[in-house]
Amino acid sequence: MSWFDKIVSKTSLGIKSSKTDEIWFQCGKCNEQIYTAEFVENLKVCVKCNHHYRLNGRERIHLLIDQDTFKECDAEMAASDPLKFKDKKKYKDRLKATQKQGLGHDAMISGSGKLQGHEVELCVFEFNFMGGSMGSVVGEKITRSIERAIEKRSAVIIVSCSGGARMQEGIFSLMQMAKTSCALKNLSDCGLPYISVLTDPTTGGVSASFAMLGDIIVAEPGALIGFAGPRVIEQTIQQKLPEGFQRSKFLLEHGLIDQVIPRAQLKYSLANLLSLLKDLPMPATENTQTL
Amino acid sequence: MVQILDFEKELFAEESQIRELVSLSHMYDSVGDITEEITKRTKKLRRMKREVFAGLDGWQMTRVARHPDRPHMIDYVNHVFKDFQELHGDRRGGYGPSIVGGLAKFDDRSVMVIGQQKGRTAEEKLRRNFGMSQPSGYRKALRLMELAEKFRLPIITLIDTPGAYPGIDAEEKGQSEAIAYNLFKMSGLKTPIIVMIIGEGGSGGALALGVGDRILMLEHSVYSVISPEGCASILWDDKTKVSQAAKALCLTAKELLELNVIDQIVKEPLGGAHRNHRRAAAFVRRALRANFKIIANHSTEEMLELRHEKFRRMGEFTEGEK
Ligand SMILES: [Zn+2]
Repeated sequence: MSWFDKIVSKTSLGIKSSKTDEIWFQCGKCNEQIYTAEFVENLKVCVKCNHHYRLNGRERIHLLIDQDTFKECDAEMAASDPLKFKDKKKYKDRLKATQKQGLGHDAMISGSGKLQGHEVELCVFEFNFMGGSMGSVVGEKITRSIERAIEKRSAVIIVSCSGGARMQEGIFSLMQMAKTSCALKNLSDCGLPYISVLTDPTTGGVSASFAMLGDIIVAEPGALIGFAGPRVIEQTIQQKLPEGFQRSKFLLEHGLIDQVIPRAQLKYSLANLLSLLKDLPMPATENTQTL
Repeated sequence: MVQILDFEKELFAEESQIRELVSLSHMYDSVGDITEEITKRTKKLRRMKREVFAGLDGWQMTRVARHPDRPHMIDYVNHVFKDFQELHGDRRGGYGPSIVGGLAKFDDRSVMVIGQQKGRTAEEKLRRNFGMSQPSGYRKALRLMELAEKFRLPIITLIDTPGAYPGIDAEEKGQSEAIAYNLFKMSGLKTPIIVMIIGEGGSGGALALGVGDRILMLEHSVYSVISPEGCASILWDDKTKVSQAAKALCLTAKELLELNVIDQIVKEPLGGAHRNHRRAAAFVRRALRANFKIIANHSTEEMLELRHEKFRRMGEFTEGEK
């Protein structure tokens, strides 16, 4: 086993398999049957077609952060309903119903931890919470994470996974774009690194603010990334979109991101990038984790 | 041709009746004294206008904000500023015709004025892409803002756009990055920025010119995270629910002032800016003067601190029991 493989094979999602789990998993992309255990061990990437399935917030943290080093911040922060918004359902009721599903208080988990020894402030989206949409809570958690990084002189990593701004918080959601971008300006002025990780999907107000402001921007393979959603574009221009449009490779080829990084190499690459940016040697590897 | 909105119909009817009375009074001396009648009816018309426009809901307001006769960015440039010199191009291969920008004199000082232009004639609308900018427009805007910073000239942005253009080429050229980078850079520009929403403040495409020290909205403009149509079709699954969507979004100047998102509402002539461009421009001029005075009280450092504070406090949430 090479030094590189050693590091790479370490990452896992921290999922305990239970007896109720299906043994087989059918990939929705290639229709192949694969062992669920194998799929999970492969970090929810299809072993046949390499399709990167979406991770939830906890899995993402487990993938990136050294074991037992993550300290969540602002865990109790929750959305209020400043506009008393009501569509077919009240926003308040929507929030309550989603919170009852055990998805946390809002669409983001943020906190401090170590990424292969590097002190980082990490923000990860919880896509299952209203499509990872950004309202005041998401914007505030990101802003506070950036402010903590400035205080501690550490790095910021944001893993985006969001359909964009949350309509139910109206103008406040739009203003989170400005708020987070202002905070990133301060971070940048302090000479501290921010790496933006784009996963499937990263669109709308999230992509049009902090997601596209990384000193370094990387994306997972096959992720949908763009300003407007493909359906909106199709309706506007009245034509079919080309294959691969707005996917990671498309962005790479149009000069919009730095790298496309497979999930298995993500932690190593981020650690290496931080070491290189800060002109530090690669930190020692931690103890090998198991599932 | 004048476009009349449904809630304006009565007003127009009354107006034309008064006009008839006036011409009648000129034609014959024998009509008797109808001056009194005319004065009475004119007063009534003013009252009607005031009532109709004070009671507009979110969707009606959106339609006033989008009214084709409403003064556009270039109209304000012509009426409010002098010696305008338009500056073109993003210097990155893009022309950016949906956004107009250039140097001008406001009163006796040089300023950089930038804003989206929707276009008035069919030809201009196409050329301007209805005010929906490509990345090149935002990049041109930023280039001009940095030019202003270099020469310590204040920046005035006039916002009027349905949103950033959603198209293949826009995505290829990095629409998201163009908007994001403007937010990032505008937050640190070392020169005063006065933002004024003059018509439609459509989402990220509006915000891309919307980070500044003073955020003003014309009385009948709107500012929203998504259009009522977009919101209705996503949240109601029903394109016809625009009125409910507009109401839910709280997109009027009055609501946004109450929510502390904007600093000031700029008055419009009675019946809306689309009925009198010159008077609308006079109100805009007065508002700009007043806001320049407010800004003049701060050093550059204080100004940037206040700008950051303004956006830092945006949002509402709860913090749990702790
Ligand atoms: Zn597969």
